[in-house]
Amino acid sequence: MSHAADVRAHVPIATGRSATGIPTARLAVWWVLASEIVIFGGLIGSYVMLRLHHPHWAEEASHTNTVAGAFNTFVLLTSSLAAVLAHQAAEARNGPRAARFLGLTILGGLVFLMVKSFEWSNEIAHGFTIFRDVFWSYYYVTCGLHGLHVIVGMVIMGIVAADARRGRNLHRVELIGIYWHFVDAVWIFLFPLFYIAK
Amino acid sequence: MSMPAPAHGAAVAHAPESFWSRYVFSTDHKVIGLQYMFTGMAMALIGGFMAYVFRMQLAFPGQSVPLYGLVTAREYNALITNHGSIMIFWVSMPVLIAGLGNFLIPLMIGCDDMVFPRLNRLSYQIFFVSVVIILISLVVPGGGFGGAWTAYPPLSASAHYNHTPWGAPLWLLAVALEFVAFLLGGINFTVTVMNARAPGMTAMRIPIVVWMIVIASLVFMGSVGPLIAGAVMLFLDQTVGTQFFDPKAGGDPLLWQHLFWFFGHPEVYVVLLPATGVVAEVLTVFARKKLFAYKTILGTAIATGIISFFVWAHHQFVAGIDPRMAHLFTITTLLISIPVAEMLFAFIATLYGGSIEFATPMLWALAFIAEFLIGGVTGIFLGANATDIYLHDTYFVVAHFHYTFFPIAIIGTFAAITYWFPKMFGRRMSETLGKIHFWGTVIPFNLIFIPLFLTGVAGQHRRIYSYENFPQLSTPWLNHLAVIATVALIVMLAFQVVFLVNFFWSMRHGEEVGANPWNANTLEWAAPSPPPHGNFVTMPAVYRGPYEYGVPDRDLDYWPQHVPNQEELPRA
Repeated sequence: MSHAADVRAHVPIATGRSATGIPTARLAVWWVLASEIVIFGGLIGSYVMLRLHHPHWAEEASHTNTVAGAFNTFVLLTSSLAAVLAHQAAEARNGPRAARFLGLTILGGLVFLMVKSFEWSNEIAHGFTIFRDVFWSYYYVTCGLHGLHVIVGMVIMGIVAADARRGRNLHRVELIGIYWHFVDAVWIFLFPLFYIAK
Repeated sequence: MSMPAPAHGAAVAHAPESFWSRYVFSTDHKVIGLQYMFTGMAMALIGGFMAYVFRMQLAFPGQSVPLYGLVTAREYNALITNHGSIMIFWVSMPVLIAGLGNFLIPLMIGCDDMVFPRLNRLSYQIFFVSVVIILISLVVPGGGFGGAWTAYPPLSASAHYNHTPWGAPLWLLAVALEFVAFLLGGINFTVTVMNARAPGMTAMRIPIVVWMIVIASLVFMGSVGPLIAGAVMLFLDQTVGTQFFDPKAGGDPLLWQHLFWFFGHPEVYVVLLPATGVVAEVLTVFARKKLFAYKTILGTAIATGIISFFVWAHHQFVAGIDPRMAHLFTITTLLISIPVAEMLFAFIATLYGGSIEFATPMLWALAFIAEFLIGGVTGIFLGANATDIYLHDTYFVVAHFHYTFFPIAIIGTFAAITYWFPKMFGRRMSETLGKIHFWGTVIPFNLIFIPLFLTGVAGQHRRIYSYENFPQLSTPWLNHLAVIATVALIVMLAFQVVFLVNFFWSMRHGEEVGANPWNANTLEWAAPSPPPHGNFVTMPAVYRGPYEYGVPDRDLDYWPQHVPNQEELPRA
């Protein structure tokens, strides 16, 4: 085989193609989210079905902290706005500005988690542990899985921001933004289900 | 495996060199595909051995099993549980979806690799960890998990009931990791087929097997989520002590059945579709005839995928679900047989008037149609709630299930391996040994499971360790059938040696072949055999559909996808 053929074989072709016209990475993020929807869907669906059969869960739910939940909803939605602004900056090829906005988003995630740990330690201190009732099992597992997604998003966002600050891989700013909006959207479901419906 | 050393000039030493980087940590889709396939085959040997041990116990209860020893009741449970789990999650899935998908997709759509090669490698590595965990779970204190592959709580949820404090959580962890591996792989497959197709490879020119793997990946992606959520809950029940599935604390054991079967039934189609795709490719090549009704087959696959989400509760007719709901699920279950039957009719129509060559891959493909048909027809009895209530959890179910899964996972896989072997290793397998192996597998297979239909109808329950405790079900006639099934299994397992000899001997010493030994049309046959790193010498473009065989007014009876309209192939 000739020199040329070998070089051609080692410049990845697959990754550069776009038969659909949609960037490959964005497509992949959408599919990841699609698979996440059914994971959260399984948890939320089970919770709703069981809740319909357990009237006393409403009494249990009255012990969740609605104010803290509402504040967290506000924080998370605001952090998504920062992610949008970061995307806008990345589109304008302004890496440092994108990185700053991503920093704000991470900060939002951090506040969210702090409020969350305050809530949880308070609840556990008052005896509302994961073992108290199946309602609380769902509460901790569903919100915990969501919190895990917040943490993972923050870590990835940190990496993307560090890259963006040096003007590298700016297309990833949009991708992590899409993911963050998803995390946001999941919370929009969890907040009414666990904090409002009483 | 013998990938050729890629020739290269001194200045461009890009190709991975060492054994480790070439075969273990490679990002090359072909190597990863073969890793999946070899791992799956090794696991099949373990799963087959387990079947041998518990079938011996059933035929000759209480006697020491050669190569194993005495089978205790607890070991028996662990053996059947892990036989089922391994054959589905660690054999069918890795070989049919991950193995074939990885090997074939980039080649068949005319590309150099997957769009995310490193993600692909990660997928195999996670899968490999899951293999290690499931194997460890068999030897931990308390033994392997014995709560059946469906893992119903409360039995599975508490070591207090299942006596496997380590086996049960490890089993669950392994299954969950395996799901993650195939989610990553499925996303990679789907995006690759969407975006990395060669110029001219429009949607309706994609070979059916690639379509099938993508549809299967999507069905998997859509159905596995709730079970992942369920696995998290069950794992917490087992290890932390939550009570998601414990009725005495307000949990609901039926919930697990719903979450499990919401995945578990589509899963059948997840592995069925790639196998039918393989059969479609093989049938058309060896009948030298255009695939009958390409778009209809595609439509039936999509319809099957969609309907498969609405049939799951037919596994729960005896679980106390509302009879009105049971009727609904009976109807959806009967409905799903329509697209599947239609697909098989299209395959049979493909054969009609073709010039059929009974090469080994073709024999496997034809056997698939015949055997799967029996599986499908017996499924009607189980999908209808009235008959299922009698047949539930009898050997009839086991026999039905194996008449679907054996054609899928074993017959379909052998069709694929014998057909693509020349592409994988650049050599042919022996036809003589191939045919001996074929008959030595298919005949005993029927002798294993036809008796089990009969014992099932007679009332033998599938989870009984020894029928000596049930004199009414231990009649000479039923015991006789159990012995026939067991002997047939041993014969079938013995014939697999022929395959292994054929496989490994041909890998080194088989007749060397060129790029396109079967005179096939799809793009993988345009690449050298075996394809080098990067697959194609010149990246192909596509000019027509994949099944242009026997086109009138052409000298050659095939018309490869990558050959421009004006250009003729030199005579082979």
